[in-house]
Amino acid sequence: MNKLKLLFVTVITLSVFDSFASQGKLLATPGVSQVEGSGGGGIVPWAQLAGYASEDEFAINGFCSRADVTDYTLDVCGTQINLFNRVELSYAQQNFAVPALDTEIEQAITGVKVRLYGDIVYSDWPQLTLGAQHKSLDDGTVATLVGAKETSGTDIYLAASKLHLGAIAGYNWFWNITTRYSEANQLGLLGYGGANGGEKLLFEGSTAIFLSREIAIGVEYRQKSNNLGLGEQDWHDLFVAWMPNKYVSVTAAYLDLGSIAGAAEQTGWYLSVTGYW
Amino acid sequence: MLKLIPVIVFTMILSACSNISNLTLYQQLDGQAGLERLVDSFINQIGNDEQVFHYFEHANISHFRAGFLNHLCVLTDGPCKYTRDSMVEIHTGMHITEADFNHVVDLLINAMNEQNIDHTVQNKILARMAPLRSQIIKI
Ligand code: HEM
Ligand code: HEM
Repeated sequence: MNKLKLLFVTVITLSVFDSFASQGKLLATPGVSQVEGSGGGGIVPWAQLAGYASEDEFAINGFCSRADVTDYTLDVCGTQINLFNRVELSYAQQNFAVPALDTEIEQAITGVKVRLYGDIVYSDWPQLTLGAQHKSLDDGTVATLVGAKETSGTDIYLAASKLHLGAIAGYNWFWNITTRYSEANQLGLLGYGGANGGEKLLFEGSTAIFLSREIAIGVEYRQKSNNLGLGEQDWHDLFVAWMPNKYVSVTAAYLDLGSIAGAAEQTGWYLSVTGYW
Repeated sequence: MLKLIPVIVFTMILSACSNISNLTLYQQLDGQAGLERLVDSFINQIGNDEQVFHYFEHANISHFRAGFLNHLCVLTDGPCKYTRDSMVEIHTGMHITEADFNHVVDLLINAMNEQNIDHTVQNKILARMAPLRSQIIKI
């Protein structure tokens, strides 16, 4: 928990020093930080690389997020480095609290993402990105207990995104689709694989409309597999992102995470802050 | 999937509103007078900007003003014909970077905000300019 607090304080402190921020992208176009630390929405990694670096710049971002649903809380803090808008490296630390069992599950995620083609605003075809997230549980006791085969795993995903200027009655319209190859149970917090299966190809999508340069509202969907036979369900969220400038963004969402580890109807709130340099 | 419904409904309401207007972008910008106010704001933004002013250091301001106005008039479906050099001819040798291009877009947005141009009209102008980027940067 102390690690998280330290990261959180660092994020807040650094957002005050904005002097060397790279600013080469248009406002709001990099998106925000998703729960596994990659640039994205809230639950889906997007094709954009995190941060405002253009092809001649690099960017460093830090974020912290909290998801508070019926029976659980997930805290995540992490950082991304964007190198010349070609490569994104990310690291995130997740802390999943199960108050009923007085237990915390911690997981570290290292991510890499490479932009293969395009620019979400300017290219004729959508921006296309290939990424990987390597996740590892600090302590696999709970995962093993619920029947997971492994305590670490690697997801691979391909994402495509596009911002259509003025497309819907003059408002800017954004969409992203991601296909992920993964064997993770609940992001990996409940381990990898299980009696019901392992690696699967999963579909994820996000779409948003920009009410102004600074405010976007949107929805996300993330398909989940049910490897453990505990009734894992697809995730949904409804989000509002506020990007008042190129130094900070704040995202709030309503989450519907379905059933988690046998506890049904996990709905609740999500709040995330990213600072950009 | 149910959650998408409010978004779809909202989107439909938005489209209903904007379709009331059959005016060209040029007309929505208050014609020639409006374009002139916008271009003057834009020139003012550029003139006060440290990052991109150097591109314009040796430019002839009244020539730029007339040319950009003429181009904007055509871009917004105004009663004009573009009579000047092509985008490629104008910007060749400037070696404009991706970041500086976006910065100029930021300045144009500032100018449009200064002129109280409606958000949706702004986006439609930007949508027509965006495809020109490849004829302007890195040449
Ligand atoms: C497209 C080209 C140009 C643009 C957009 C531009 C724009 C501007 C702007 C916005 C200002 C500031 C005005 C103010 O602070 O009220 C300015 C000042 C000035 N410009 Fe330009 N200008 C251009 C070209 C030129 C050229 C070619 C020259 C000289 C040959 C020039 C000489 C000056 C001078 C001397 C000032 C006054 C600086 C001061 O008051 O401290 N500009 N320009
Ligand atoms: C979609 C974006 C752009 C459009 C539509 C555009 C259009 C034009 C037009 C119509 C002219 C006037 C030419 C004339 O004098 O007849 C012009 C001149 C110029 N543009 Fe652009 N431009 C764009 C982006 C940029 C950017 C990003 C920069 C620099 C960062 C830039 C730098 C210049 C300069 C320096 C001139 C003056 C050239 C001279 O008179 O010597 N332009 N542009």
